[in-house]
Amino acid sequence: MAKYKVNRKIDIRGEVCPYTFVKSKIAMEDLKSGQILEVIVDHAPATENVPRSLGNEGHKVLEVVKIGEHEWRILIQKA
Amino acid sequence: MVKVNVKFSVMFKEATRTTATTVDVSGKTVKDLIDALIKQFGPQFSERLLDAKTGEVRRFINIFVNGKDIRNLQGFNTKLEEGAEVRLIPAVAGGKEFFGLTQDQIVRYSRQIILREVGGKGQKKLMRSSVLVLGAGGLGSPASLYLTAAGIGKIGIIDSDRVDLSNLQRQILHTKDDIDRPKIESAKEKLLKINPEVKVTTYNERLTAENALDVVGDWDFVLDGSDNFPTKFLINDACVLKKVPLSHGGVLRFVGMTTTILPGKGPCYRCLTPEAPPPGMIPTCEEAGVLGAVPGVIGTIQATEAIKYLLGSGELLVGRVLFFDALEMRFEEFELKRSPNCPACGKRPLIKDLSQVDYGHVCEVRF
Repeated sequence: MAKYKVNRKIDIRGEVCPYTFVKSKIAMEDLKSGQILEVIVDHAPATENVPRSLGNEGHKVLEVVKIGEHEWRILIQKA
Repeated sequence: MVKVNVKFSVMFKEATRTTATTVDVSGKTVKDLIDALIKQFGPQFSERLLDAKTGEVRRFINIFVNGKDIRNLQGFNTKLEEGAEVRLIPAVAGGKEFFGLTQDQIVRYSRQIILREVGGKGQKKLMRSSVLVLGAGGLGSPASLYLTAAGIGKIGIIDSDRVDLSNLQRQILHTKDDIDRPKIESAKEKLLKINPEVKVTTYNERLTAENALDVVGDWDFVLDGSDNFPTKFLINDACVLKKVPLSHGGVLRFVGMTTTILPGKGPCYRCLTPEAPPPGMIPTCEEAGVLGAVPGVIGTIQATEAIKYLLGSGELLVGRVLFFDALEMRFEEFELKRSPNCPACGKRPLIKDLSQVDYGHVCEVRF
């Protein structure tokens, strides 16, 4: 059961920091307040950096979930 | 054995420490190349390239040979010719755009996209903007370099001079090899080397009362890097008449000053200095000298103002004159008010067309 309704999903596996944040930030820009972005990454440091940096911009980090051996899903709600 | 040129996406850079290399491949296929790369760059590289479970190349990594996706050729059995160009890039790149920005643009501008005041939206705004730089000299050099590096879409440069050996002490666009070349030609070459995405338009002419309105009319912002009073008044008057925002800058010896003019919204250069001092009263840089780093500071502030204006961020130097004294190493700021009697932007402006002003001498308004 999906807890959240995702409005946009980006698969940025293969990207490393800081581009994981840069791309998440760009993808977030034209979402409306309250909408949810799902980010799939395979670069472990991004699981801390992306939520922290987007959190600093005022957005709400909903969850960071490990979905594979080297894959994570980050859900962020736009401020 | 064939030699091929390989370019990597940034995702491999941690492992490869480079974004391009030339590899000798003993076999002749893409598979042989991948084996050679793994051998050369080790486990950190193969982790990024290969799927841990299957040992196959990760599916989201695209491999292009001479610009063609190997999926449309013979896959990993694609033959490599001597000198072939191979690119390894993740699927999200692939030359495709990511919300209006290419992979290269995202990487190139990443350090400013990260800024809250810029972001992808601000970057796209800059890429749609245009700035005219008056003079490819001490102020125009750092200003145009930073504007170009920031990705301003279109940059104009107007200058009628040729590069002289005495320019190189401060005009950092030009090199020894450029001596006697037109400054605009030397400038355009350097700017395009830094950022080939920027469109550089050049005017190999002087700004005159006849051409000024046409020259400034099409630009989003004008940056004054001129070296004489008549031109400073002329560009002010032209920008006020055309309502084009202007950054004024001037330097001499160890001091510099700058202010930003938003016609109709704040004071203009003539509110500060209604008329130019008579010739000879204030020396030029040629007569009095200037430390090269001083226009570096002022020109860089001017470029910053242009970028802030285009982004719509922060507080501009409108109604404020910033003075820089390099010997004392101090910045000072003075308030500048819009003068109701200003001949250019006052309540009843006297300057309605540029032919009324004698720019050749003291920039006086004649009637």
